[in-house]
Amino acid sequence: MTSLPWLTILMVVPLVGSIIVMLLPRDRDVLPKQVALGFALLTLVLTVVMGLQFDADATAPFQFVESYPWIPALGISFSVGVDGIGLVLVALAATLVPVVILAGWNDVMPGSGRSVKGYFALILILQTLMIGVFAATDVFLFYVFFEVMLIPIYFLIGRYGGADRSYAAVKFLIYSLVGGLLMLAALIGLYVVSVQQLGQGTFDFAALVGLDIDPNTQKILFVGFFIAFAIKAPLWPFHTWLPDAAKESTPATAVLLIGVLDKVGTFGMIRYLLPIFPAASEFYAPLVVALAVIGILYGALVAFGQKDMKRLFAYSSMSHFGFIALGIFVFTTWGLSGSTFYMIAHGLSTAAIFLAAGFLMNRAGGSSLISTYGGVNKVAPVLAGFFLFAALSALALPGLASFIGEFLVLLGTFAVNVPVAVIATLGIVITAGYALKLYQKVATGPPSPAVEGMSDLRGREITTLAPIVFLTILLGVFPAPVLNVINPAVERTLEVVGVTDPPSVIPPIVQGSAP
Amino acid sequence: MTPDVMPAPSIDYIALLPYILVGAAGVIGVIVEAFVGRGARRPIQLVLVFGSLIGAFVILVVNRATQGIQAEGALAIDGPGILFMGLILLLSILVALLMAERQLDPAGDAFAPRASALPGSEDERELTVRGYFQTEIWPLFLFSVFGMMLFVTASNLLVLFIALEIMSLPLYLMAGMSRRRRLLSQEAALKYFILGAFSSAFLLFGIALLYGYAGSVEFSAIADALAAEPGQTALVVGGTALLAVGLLFKIGAVPFHAWVPDVYQGSPAPVTAFMAAAVKVAAFGALFRVMYVALGGVRWDWEPLLWIIAGLTMLFGSVVAIAQTDIKRMIAYSSIAQAGFILIGVSTATAQGLYASIFYLVAYGFTTIGIFAIISMVRLSGGEVTRLDQWAGLGKRSPVVATSFAIFMFALAGFPLTSGFIAKFLVFESALAVDNLGLVIVGVIASVMAAFFYIRVVVIMFFREPVEGAPAAAVPSATTTLALAISVAVTVILGILPEPVINLIEQAGVFLR
Repeated sequence: MTSLPWLTILMVVPLVGSIIVMLLPRDRDVLPKQVALGFALLTLVLTVVMGLQFDADATAPFQFVESYPWIPALGISFSVGVDGIGLVLVALAATLVPVVILAGWNDVMPGSGRSVKGYFALILILQTLMIGVFAATDVFLFYVFFEVMLIPIYFLIGRYGGADRSYAAVKFLIYSLVGGLLMLAALIGLYVVSVQQLGQGTFDFAALVGLDIDPNTQKILFVGFFIAFAIKAPLWPFHTWLPDAAKESTPATAVLLIGVLDKVGTFGMIRYLLPIFPAASEFYAPLVVALAVIGILYGALVAFGQKDMKRLFAYSSMSHFGFIALGIFVFTTWGLSGSTFYMIAHGLSTAAIFLAAGFLMNRAGGSSLISTYGGVNKVAPVLAGFFLFAALSALALPGLASFIGEFLVLLGTFAVNVPVAVIATLGIVITAGYALKLYQKVATGPPSPAVEGMSDLRGREITTLAPIVFLTILLGVFPAPVLNVINPAVERTLEVVGVTDPPSVIPPIVQGSAP
Repeated sequence: MTPDVMPAPSIDYIALLPYILVGAAGVIGVIVEAFVGRGARRPIQLVLVFGSLIGAFVILVVNRATQGIQAEGALAIDGPGILFMGLILLLSILVALLMAERQLDPAGDAFAPRASALPGSEDERELTVRGYFQTEIWPLFLFSVFGMMLFVTASNLLVLFIALEIMSLPLYLMAGMSRRRRLLSQEAALKYFILGAFSSAFLLFGIALLYGYAGSVEFSAIADALAAEPGQTALVVGGTALLAVGLLFKIGAVPFHAWVPDVYQGSPAPVTAFMAAAVKVAAFGALFRVMYVALGGVRWDWEPLLWIIAGLTMLFGSVVAIAQTDIKRMIAYSSIAQAGFILIGVSTATAQGLYASIFYLVAYGFTTIGIFAIISMVRLSGGEVTRLDQWAGLGKRSPVVATSFAIFMFALAGFPLTSGFIAKFLVFESALAVDNLGLVIVGVIASVMAAFFYIRVVVIMFFREPVEGAPAAAVPSATTTLALAISVAVTVILGILPEPVINLIEQAGVFLR
């Protein structure tokens, strides 16, 4: 442990970067990108340095804790700290931001009338907010990050996206605001309960977990938080904004949106719903499990029928979010560890597929229609190879990170509810179907007119994808470091909920996942 | 037998100094209009206005500990009263900055050179050509501010009524003084006057009924009568309802809101800012005092009524605003919706609700003035451009102005890190503290709908390509710039560091009676 305010530093560095990028002269096109990349890499290095000091066996729930009074009159403080779950998600954000900056190097062409530096400044601001939302240990602070995050992503979609960007941006914002305001009402309700029980209101996470909230009140407040998270993550039936937002975003924005931001929803379920509303969580668990399973199957089936690649990825993600929610609400260590691991794996997988597809689309004038493409592997074999890898990662091929996540979730589900586990497994089969069908249509067969003469990946693009591929394989064959970090936090969460794993016939097979 | 000698009323002139300063400055302003040459009027009026407003504010702050019932029970200078007065003075200073603007309109300021000249007549054109300006608006403005200060501290029903009239009559005139689109402006003034006169009559009728019940017009006497005789009579119920109608009219609450859109649209932008910010503060101040002090004994009767009105006001304002194509009308409906949120605080009948509402008024008041400052800046040669679709691409041509406007929109929508968020938070909290979940849910629904049209303005400014012949924001003089800068600063600072203001408001204590 160290006394450096690590998390604040991690938030301040990208913020400073974004301000510097904004202050750069208007006519420089490359400099803003270089500065933004520099700050993003600096943040990544700092995150790694911080992560190495994380003590997985510590007894304190949160590490790198800082707390400063903010609005004492309302019991609000600027408090940050991470447990294992928070740490890996901060790391995910820190990893993906430099990747998308590099991938989005030419997203904004000079002379398009859109500001180059604005694009990269928004990405850096978003990074500050993403780190903040995963690090906050004050629920009010979390809410502020949760809501303010909408604004940069709204501008990223609305200013830099595709033809229908304005519609998609507004739809995204309105959906998110509905959730956000319901959460606000529930948050205030929680505050009022804390006033009644403690004599003075607080938003401190630990204090709120310690409250003894009447089950009926829990049920009401749970709904407010849950809908906000379910819209964010998106679960069926709160998902309809996602395909539009994904389609109209640039690939870089889509990676941040689906890869990181949407994880805030599932992260919120683990961090806030389960510990603060344990009784309500158990009460609503069957409902959430049902929504999750519907989402798994519905997302996969609808993805099968998509003609547009980006929409396909969006529905596929929705199906995967179903897995994550399922793992959370079966209340087993395997399930919860699996969900957390899957959040990371899905972030990487999303980055791989959106960026590979993005590079492909850039070469064909930006069309995201699947029918535009064919025979890419003959013309651009390296690109097709990455595309195949991304598709395999999406269908959770054993040996890749997403397999570990999906497998643990199903294992955890199987231990408590066999029928649900069986139905959810069907989703994997369908996923394999559409992922391979997509690859087949895009990459095999005779090259289509749009594909002919296509250049293969260049150095910058390979540099972008390589780290993701590397991490996906590394975590797929050697998940222990991440699981070791996650598991104490997972066990602590389940302890608070008051659930113990059912006796199982399945021995712990993944290192570190033993209950 | 000696005739009864009427005892001289005891008046503490020191305590009344802020009122005297503003009122006297208004009177002097009238004299200046009559006796001073045309050229010298404006500088003198400006000195009078800013001198009296700033002076009154300073005295108020210095003398804040001098509280009590003053002027033979006519005025209650107490913590909340001082807060309301201080806020009215601050907002009025900003409005005066907007009114003093002379650079935006090529013909001069925002006001008709002579209000009596027929619109479009030869007479009017000549006045414009000769560069006449009208300065009568300044004393009118001061009288209105004077009326507001009385209105929020009135401690008996007659003073309340007189204050209402002092506040309103100049406003009717000011509404009709727009230099551009004068017919619309005069229509607004007439509409405002007729409906305002109606509402005054309601208020007066309510006063009569309450007097009939309590035998006194003093708030404290009415409260005592209610306490002594809890069984309510038709007089109390009727009086309360009619009094509420009169006050809710000024607030612009549904179903007494019909005047708001037309009057906001037709009036000159600085006057609209005055009505939307300061008048609303004054009306809420009076509503709070009447409901909490005089009629607290029958709060079980008016609470549910206010819940319904608050809910309707929020929903109606938000829904109708969505369909607006004119920015002034949109802001008008938005201000109706915002009034509904503030009414949530009133309807709790708790000190917490009072503090939440005051914070909301602070946040809303400054944001609103900023909004109208920008509306007055976005113009073509024919005057302000208020058609929303003509604002397309403003973010590209005037990025600073458009960003400021976006901040205001996000604040009204209640986004975190803006004043509007903390305001909404406090108001919802005050309602949940009295277990009024229903009203909060209605508030959340209304907020979502309202967010839609606030965001739409941002979309139009930033995501749309500019249309042919679209306006850019004109460069204003230092006064408007200052008012705008203060509005932006308050909106952001109250969102990030609201603590000092929250503490200040909560130290105000309760109403005196």
